[in-house]
Amino acid sequence: MDVLVPLPVAIPLLTAAALTAFGYWCGRRLDDLIAIVATAATLVISLLLVFRSNDHDLVYWFGGWKPSNGVALGISFTVDPGGAAVATLVATLALAALVFSWRYFDEVGTLFPVLMLVFVGAMCGFALAGDLFNLFVWFELMSVVAYALTGYGVEHAGPLEGAINFAVTNSVGSFCILFGIGFLYARTGALNLAQIGEALAGRHADGLVIVAFTLLVGGFMTKAGAVPFHFWLSDAYAVAPVPVCILLAGVMSDLGLHAIARIYWTGFSGTLTAGDIRPVLIGFGLVTAIMGGFMCFLQRDLKRMLAFATISNIGAVLVGIALLTRSGLASSIVYLNTNGLLRGAAFVAVGILVRRFKSGDELDLRGRGRRAPIAGVVFAAAGLGLALLPPFGPFLANALVVDSADTLGYGWVPPVLALAAVLSAGTILRAAARIFGGLGEAKDPLFSHEPEESQEEPTDTRRVSQPLLWIPAAALALVGLGLVFVPELAGHALRNAGRLVDRSAHARELLHGVPPPPAPAPSYSPSAAAYAYGVASTLGALAFAAFGLYRRRLPIVLRRAAARVADRPVAGLKALHSGVVGDYVAWLTVGIAVLGGAVAVVVR
Amino acid sequence: MSYLPFVLAAWIFLVGIFGIVRSRHFIHLVVCLSLTQSSTYVLLLSIGYVKHGGAPIFKDVPLGTKAVDPVVQALTLTDIVVSVTVAALLLALAIQAKKHAKTMNPDELRPVRG
Repeated sequence: MDVLVPLPVAIPLLTAAALTAFGYWCGRRLDDLIAIVATAATLVISLLLVFRSNDHDLVYWFGGWKPSNGVALGISFTVDPGGAAVATLVATLALAALVFSWRYFDEVGTLFPVLMLVFVGAMCGFALAGDLFNLFVWFELMSVVAYALTGYGVEHAGPLEGAINFAVTNSVGSFCILFGIGFLYARTGALNLAQIGEALAGRHADGLVIVAFTLLVGGFMTKAGAVPFHFWLSDAYAVAPVPVCILLAGVMSDLGLHAIARIYWTGFSGTLTAGDIRPVLIGFGLVTAIMGGFMCFLQRDLKRMLAFATISNIGAVLVGIALLTRSGLASSIVYLNTNGLLRGAAFVAVGILVRRFKSGDELDLRGRGRRAPIAGVVFAAAGLGLALLPPFGPFLANALVVDSADTLGYGWVPPVLALAAVLSAGTILRAAARIFGGLGEAKDPLFSHEPEESQEEPTDTRRVSQPLLWIPAAALALVGLGLVFVPELAGHALRNAGRLVDRSAHARELLHGVPPPPAPAPSYSPSAAAYAYGVASTLGALAFAAFGLYRRRLPIVLRRAAARVADRPVAGLKALHSGVVGDYVAWLTVGIAVLGGAVAVVVR
Repeated sequence: MSYLPFVLAAWIFLVGIFGIVRSRHFIHLVVCLSLTQSSTYVLLLSIGYVKHGGAPIFKDVPLGTKAVDPVVQALTLTDIVVSVTVAALLLALAIQAKKHAKTMNPDELRPVRG
């Protein structure tokens, strides 16, 4: 039933158009209800697409412009279970965000549900698009909506600053993508990814291909927030309204990585060999994972903390993709979905705190969270899940990376990833213990200073209807942790990753309509080493949380030695995150230059 | 095929980036961003350029008439639409910055740091 394919994009966009026209007369509650129903419909259809595309990709040619003789003139949506799962994740998080915002905002115009719906439609379009230029158009649409949503509270300096940094940095990233698309079109005369892949396959990767690859990957890394393209992310996510953060941190960042995986495997894998590119991308991923985790530890503002945890997770997903193996790709699909849900749940929990106590600051809230126990449970559960606690989703994804890295001779990668999980998840657990358990000290000079003004929206705490606030949080956490119990989840992820990895079979399917031979889902069970990593990183995260809470009770000698070693790097890292958009764009160009130089060196 | 349009596109791009990096005023910032984006128009149009090619309108012309590539022109049009949207949004944010934060300097408007 191909007719379902365009619906995840069409439903939210058409509903948004209708709400723009008539929403003003409907009243806020009816607007919200319509948006929630439309998002729920999107969710159901995306979920159906996951199952329907399980055996072979669903290719939908708009207007019936099918390719002839392997030349695609029309525009296609190419649905594989990975892409459909991302669309499902988008709709799930958006549904939670819309239900949550029912009581979260006191006043919110008609435009808010409209923008959220356009955001959902654009992200679904991005996840399903089959050609490069459509990828770009959906990318731009979701970016512009995201800028507007980030700056929704324009009367404060924080959201303004965050939205401007976000908009300028991401725009420059999107120009890089457009340059890359232009170069590829000049070389291959094609915009369809599969056709580009066919045209490039077997040729030597010359300068033009390398530059195009660099610009595309760099541009999408900017969206994803990989170091050193990440600076805008912590500024924007820290100031966006909580319901928007759920979508931004839960899925938008991961979409950039999803695009990198698709572009490499469908477009470039015939000309740039995996062995060459692997070390470069792994390097970017590991630096991102560690840097995000380290900056996470220095934060006291919960939203900014979760923003850096997002960066750390992005690094881990990027490493999965960067292995450039079937297992690595499967791991990134599992990781992206489960982590997205858990981060979304954590953001909802923060939203509950902000709503009840008018503060999102770890030190301010010390011990006060006892009056919001459900938020505490959700926050701690998300922290434990992100700490790779077996048998939950992040652990399963990490297990796939561990087993794949060992066979490739990259055995040193999993310990670094486990360290990153310890840093970021340990910090989340620290905040949970301090806020909901009243543990730890009331002051810590290491933290970044408090934001000068409270940037938050709610003012009226009387009309708080509890269930509508905690149900989305609990639901996201339960789904995020429960996803791993889907039968044969890893096997299905491996099989579907295998379909994307086999470039020529994939291209035959898309361009000539020849379905690939049916392959049974392999069975997968994590190795003992993977369990060891999972248990070690969970224990490590708990220990790191305790370290964060009681750091100042360590013997004075130890603390002095630590200060001598760490003070300068900490101050340097903090100074890098300067909040000035010019610096961020300078770092972006540095990142592109490093990426391009590294790719050129390894390919030659 | 001349290299000049490609060199020009790269030059405009770099000048625009330099302007963004050095910018001390939001309006200046938005103009620099638009400038950077215009480099993509130059690149796309020069990719599709055909010497002595006419406009890609194929009504009432004999088969085989030379024409420039319509695909990149469509891309450029889409790109211009995007650019206008982003510029409008950024200018709106700049107005809000002036109204509420009383500054147009990105250096002075930065509550989030570290």
